Amino acid sequence: MAEYDRQGSVGQPPVTGIGRRQLLGGTVSGASLFLAAPAAFAQFKVEVAGVGLTQRPFALAPFKRVTQVPVAVDQVVIADLERSGEFRQVASASGELDENTRPNFEPWRAVGADALITGSINQVAVGRWDVRYRLWDVVRGEDLGGVSFPAQDSELRLAAHRVADSVYEKLTGVRGVFATRVAYVTADGSQNRLWIADADGESPQAALDSPQPVISPAWSPEGERLAYVSFEARKPVVYVHTLATGKRQVVANYRGSNSAPAWMPDGKGLVATLSLAGHSQIYAIGLEGGRPTRLSDSQSIDTEPTFSPDGKLLYFVSDRGGSPQIYRMAAGGGNVQRITFSGGYNVSPSIAPDGNRMAYVGLVEGRYTLMVMDLTSGAAQPVPGALDVESPSFSANGRMIVYASRTKGRDELITTTVDGRVRTRLLGAKGDIREPAWGPFRD
Amino acid sequence: MFTTKSKTVQWLGALVVAAVLAGCGSTVPLDSKPVTVVDKSKADGAGQSAGANAVAPVAVKSASLGDMGPENVGRIVYFDFDSAAVKAESREVILAHARYLRANPERRVVLEGHTDERGSREYNVALGQRRAESVAKTMLVFGVKGNAMESVSFGEEKPAMLGSNEGAWEANRRVEITYR
Repeated sequence: MAEYDRQGSVGQPPVTGIGRRQLLGGTVSGASLFLAAPAAFAQFKVEVAGVGLTQRPFALAPFKRVTQVPVAVDQVVIADLERSGEFRQVASASGELDENTRPNFEPWRAVGADALITGSINQVAVGRWDVRYRLWDVVRGEDLGGVSFPAQDSELRLAAHRVADSVYEKLTGVRGVFATRVAYVTADGSQNRLWIADADGESPQAALDSPQPVISPAWSPEGERLAYVSFEARKPVVYVHTLATGKRQVVANYRGSNSAPAWMPDGKGLVATLSLAGHSQIYAIGLEGGRPTRLSDSQSIDTEPTFSPDGKLLYFVSDRGGSPQIYRMAAGGGNVQRITFSGGYNVSPSIAPDGNRMAYVGLVEGRYTLMVMDLTSGAAQPVPGALDVESPSFSANGRMIVYASRTKGRDELITTTVDGRVRTRLLGAKGDIREPAWGPFRD
Repeated sequence: MFTTKSKTVQWLGALVVAAVLAGCGSTVPLDSKPVTVVDKSKADGAGQSAGANAVAPVAVKSASLGDMGPENVGRIVYFDFDSAAVKAESREVILAHARYLRANPERRVVLEGHTDERGSREYNVALGQRRAESVAKTMLVFGVKGNAMESVSFGEEKPAMLGSNEGAWEANRRVEITYR
């Protein structure tokens, strides 16, 4: 495991002419560098584990600004792109370059950049900003287009994440997840908090503060609400919580336990595990009330339901075969198929947004291991280095997975690329940090 | 995705001109692709709003515990690893609570199931539930009415003993008999 240095001085041979093409994706080979995060402790730190990792070199000229800007927008963009594991910054001394200026590409070619980001941050009114950028193909000297993101003070970091998303999509063809949010829970003695943070772990805001545990946060499809299980009533009860207003709604408080909420893909209802039948079974629950509809039908434990992205299948965990394994059934119940066969403990399924891959936790040689299964072939592989794993959750673009890990008595949240080559870790300030849920794209 | 060599050569030519005109590191005005405006700001006409990522904090209190039920009687039932079977040694404690509930039909008991810390938090909620239901079934056998009991689970969330060792795990695999 190596840590990656954003200063970029490592392992960069001098680059000239055609030789540079081989470097377009220069390799990081075991070099151990540290991302000098300038900001808060909470930021995810980047670690590069892969040898021969392909990373595209990019550069960013300082964005033009006339007034003081309260957020280091340029630095957020650079850190986002590097955290993806797909890009590395190459630095060059440069003055500010705005999006309306055609750069001189020569110095950027000299340092080996494939792409150059220029831009500006202008105050258009009190507390109102216009963040603009333009992306350049340095090799071709070609304008790849520019975007303007209006923002108020409190949205400047978000605007920076949107710049990074836009750059990422132009360069990879895949939508970025830097402007998405992550929910997680911290527990410190009797203080249990549900946090909502930027996808880089920064700007955490406490949505809920409770003396009792909170588990299983689940994002609504539009990313404005969370369902979760709170024990504040001295039993597990499922709530839906609208983040912007703080409005909370009890959606499942039936006799016994109410847990493991998952949203229907249309956002109109939930599935959850209820013990109405005298044991844990999966039910569909409307948000407007009404009787829960039982979906699973066994004498065993059925729990941890999650829908396929098309809403047609419901994946869940059951011990009907004698040990906890992952199964799936039709969304309305019935037609049950077992999915995992290897190992005696396979739990916590998370389905990738393309519906073709499943992340889950399997007990392998005594360690709770992050596994990814190709759902078309049924082949499953451990994600290298992802051990002591809980609660895996795919990013909205399917490129990364966030999970909780407890190693050496310390809890942390980790994001990993699906191939395990690039990881980032987020340490809690104190106490436990756990139950991450990666939010959806937001429009 | 970026280049072909011939294009690079063309652009190098253009750049030489640009560099001569503007001087190294400086710039010429751009009149190519317009900037696309993507306005997702939650700012309103009146000025600052809470912002697109604003979260309203909520603080909640815990429900209070009731009294403890019968005196001089234990209220914890322990379980083996991955088991919800009530052990023979636990029947005495459960029977004492069953007698109390039969003598005090207005009382309501809550059976709180717990697990050790290993495995999925949600799966452990279900395992704790199974332990609580198992104690409830034993209570039924001892004549307690079903509507006097509720079985709930805290999973691994409320350990009786902290630590990642067999001693802590044993102490945490339990059902607590509580009164409301």
